[in-house]
Amino acid sequence: MKPAPFDYERPASIAEACRILSEAGGGATVLAGGQTLMPLLNLRMSQPFILVDIGRIAALQGVSRGGDGTRIGAMTRQADALADPLLAAHLPALVTALGHVGHHQTRNRGTVGGSVALGEPAAEMPAAAVALGAMLELTSVRGTRKVPADGFYIGPYMTALEPDELLTAVTYPDWPEGHLVLFREVARRPGDFALVGMVGAAVVEEGIVTRAGLAWFGMGPTPIRMRQLEAALVGAALAGLDAHALAALGVADSAPFDDHHASAEYRRTVGRRILARSLREAFALKETA
Amino acid sequence: MSKHAIDLTLNGQRRSAGVEARTSLADYLRLDAGCTGVHLGCEHGVCGACTVTVDGRAVRSCLMLAVQADGCAVTTVEGLAAPDGTFHPVQQAMREAHGLQCGFCTPGVLMTFAALTGGEARASEEELVSAMSGHVCRCTGYQGIRRAARALAEGTVGAGAGAAE
Ligand code: FES
Ligand code: FES
Repeated sequence: MKPAPFDYERPASIAEACRILSEAGGGATVLAGGQTLMPLLNLRMSQPFILVDIGRIAALQGVSRGGDGTRIGAMTRQADALADPLLAAHLPALVTALGHVGHHQTRNRGTVGGSVALGEPAAEMPAAAVALGAMLELTSVRGTRKVPADGFYIGPYMTALEPDELLTAVTYPDWPEGHLVLFREVARRPGDFALVGMVGAAVVEEGIVTRAGLAWFGMGPTPIRMRQLEAALVGAALAGLDAHALAALGVADSAPFDDHHASAEYRRTVGRRILARSLREAFALKETA
Repeated sequence: MSKHAIDLTLNGQRRSAGVEARTSLADYLRLDAGCTGVHLGCEHGVCGACTVTVDGRAVRSCLMLAVQADGCAVTTVEGLAAPDGTFHPVQQAMREAHGLQCGFCTPGVLMTFAALTGGEARASEEELVSAMSGHVCRCTGYQGIRRAARALAEGTVGAGAGAAE
């Protein structure tokens, strides 16, 4: 239960961190908040040669607003994001999801970027990034590229992040004031990874849904965007919405599996129910089934 | 494997040490600094027994490296009571409410409550109870801890209200 030995580097700048990652040729692991990495180190499931602690890089901290939305520096602690007034005003769906990430004590260390970069399929942050249309900023000695969250996730803990790249920020596009927040998850205990969960946002103008972004977590090898549901929602009149049918459409874009926590069938059933309930709540629909 | 010099403030006192990179903050506190009130139940972030405060925030010391605490102010359960032994309000609240039995989880619980109610912090009962999701107690069934949380939130510690019910 003690980590295997490793070297430790604490770069003071993004450039220095990228240089270390580049020179390590894949032998380095980035330490952000450590709330997932430290257990893996302690259990020796991860044995890096070099640990690159990005915790003291000031440029990776904090929330700011720009032309393309709200930008969260990768090292921003989940607890700080949860209490951030800019996020409360502009990204209520993200704040709701953040409240379900781990526990108070782990949110004090855990970071937004760490969770987004790791790609745990049952975690809230990757799914929220996909649902809300976030752009990820990946930096290396080769330069900076922007990758949409939708497309970043390849499999469980597998992402488009190259070994020499560092996730430096996540930018969430603006959703208009008063947009609807959809969030539900089912977990055995508060703070556990969800068995099934869904997160998203929607915009309604004069009785018509004009924009929707929704994604599952715990419903497949990656967070999964509910494309068919989004397509069915956008342009539809609230009056004609059938939560039950829409939820079935949502589940059509999922790929749950059996594991020792729950069966795929359970996940599909519960997923359909929480999605239907969430749609009914958000759009104030009547109970149909 | 690298070794690192660290300076930190532990329970109000400056300390310097040389630590291996892989040494957890919990192991440094227990084995080097002698703070054996830091309990290790799982060493992978599940139980909360190892909770300490770092710069005033409750964190799991098994999920942090000692070298990451360089320059930080760390408080363990040993740092709660006054030098003359007078209990910190969170200790008093837990005592009055019978918030502990074997005491294994207790130092962690105390540090979470201390972070959320000490100094400027004024957590509500609901916030304290919600933060308890980060602690596993195998003895009490949590009801005593809950009463301690209520007394802390309502400011009735020492009023003899904790143990009632
Ligand atoms: S020993 Fe740290 S959480 Fe269990
Ligand atoms: S008092 Fe025994 S584990 Fe909590």
